[in-house]
Amino acid sequence: MKETEIRAVALATLKSIAPEVEEDELRGDRPLRNQVDLDSMDWLNFLLGLHEKLKVEIPEADYAKLITLDDVVAYLLAKTGR
Amino acid sequence: MIEFKLPSLGADMDEGTLLEWKVRPGDAVKKGQVVAIVDTSKAAVDVESWQEGIVAELIVAPGEKIPVGAVLAIFLEPGELRGAAISATSPAAAAPAAQPVAATAAAALPAAPAIPATAASPSPRRMVSPAARKHAQEHGIDIDAVVGTGPHGAVTLDDVEQAARAAVKPAAAPTAASPAAPADKNAEMRKAIAAAMARSKREIPHYYVAETIPLARALAWLQAENAQRSMAERLLPAALLLKAVAVALKRFPELNGFFTEGAFHASVKAHLGVAISLRQGGLIAPALLDADTKPLTQLMQDLTDLVKRCRAGSLRSSEMSAPTITVTNLGDQGTEQVFGVIYPPQVALVGFGRIVDRPWAENGALKAMPAVTASLSADHRVSDGHRGALFLIELRELLQRPEELNR
Repeated sequence: MKETEIRAVALATLKSIAPEVEEDELRGDRPLRNQVDLDSMDWLNFLLGLHEKLKVEIPEADYAKLITLDDVVAYLLAKTGR
Repeated sequence: MIEFKLPSLGADMDEGTLLEWKVRPGDAVKKGQVVAIVDTSKAAVDVESWQEGIVAELIVAPGEKIPVGAVLAIFLEPGELRGAAISATSPAAAAPAAQPVAATAAAALPAAPAIPATAASPSPRRMVSPAARKHAQEHGIDIDAVVGTGPHGAVTLDDVEQAARAAVKPAAAPTAASPAAPADKNAEMRKAIAAAMARSKREIPHYYVAETIPLARALAWLQAENAQRSMAERLLPAALLLKAVAVALKRFPELNGFFTEGAFHASVKAHLGVAISLRQGGLIAPALLDADTKPLTQLMQDLTDLVKRCRAGSLRSSEMSAPTITVTNLGDQGTEQVFGVIYPPQVALVGFGRIVDRPWAENGALKAMPAVTASLSADHRVSDGHRGALFLIELRELLQRPEELNR
């Protein structure tokens, strides 16, 4: 899967949880949860959605690495092995 | 004969608008079965029956605004004859004075009211946003026939609008009162929250106590526990905090119950009202039922389900009226402290701030310690600060033994 495809999946998953998200206004290099109001449950559901769609296991120990959308995409890209 | 009345769904609700009947005359109703959907100032709520019976009459028609306590329908008790029940039901007995006259006219509805046949046998629960449900009602769209494209198949406003456009000739909704538009809905919710909170501050003499609770053990236990679990089964710290509150309440019954008619009535159940913020603004605090008796896995599943249904607009009346205490948890995006306003007629509210690393002195050494500030807002008519403080100490001690909370 290409980076653009993974980013699209991540954005779609995000929008399923926070429909008010405007993709154009989202900065990939800024902390995601500072830009989108995601509580702990939303965040867990976001990661769970990515896990279900991409079949990627995300250990809890890795949560701290996932700060920005770019972080998330890079992490998933590495995990999907492409 | 059973008068099925609109139950109170919280201190901030004194009326509702019937959106939909889920039963029709002749249907058998079981205890706990959802029989109607009522729109409140906060959300569309699935109203359950608390008794068994057979539906004899639907008194109120969809679209009508009705006060809490108004008779919505007449049920026959098991074995009761229809004629006896109907003859005993005069409009005056069936409807309180505040009920619109039009409501009694609805009693003359034919045996097959203007609801889809499928409503007689409710399909498996679907998540439908309140806005979508209202829009469907306004346009006579059968919500069960709309394909949901939202999270987990939830039916969104867009889905209903699309279905409305696709409909060749939408049926006119039999409304006597038009449900509020989204902007009005937010204003209604604000008004309802304001009324309940103003009442709380006017009537309840609050006192506040707080305690910083070290969480190193609890978080280490959670981390180890979650490492063995699949992603879908992982526990959030919130589950541990909620369970600890529910267990701690056993020793402090004066914090768990209702102050009504000038007296406190303790609850033997620990139904935690979980404050859930809504994306469009406002909040709802439905009940996490019997939180003290559930293992953490079950509690987490129930919490996940409750949040999901709350945001999708699919709460049950029992969840709205049951909370015996409220817990507000700001989580990892919040501030370090929160002091809440008690939701009447409850008598206490527990608040948790964000978990932060704090400098912590222990055995003469200073170290970093993850900690949370727990606060208690409580009703001074029922308890005193000393007992409130002891409750928080109990909470602190319980959270030092997280494994014991998993029972």
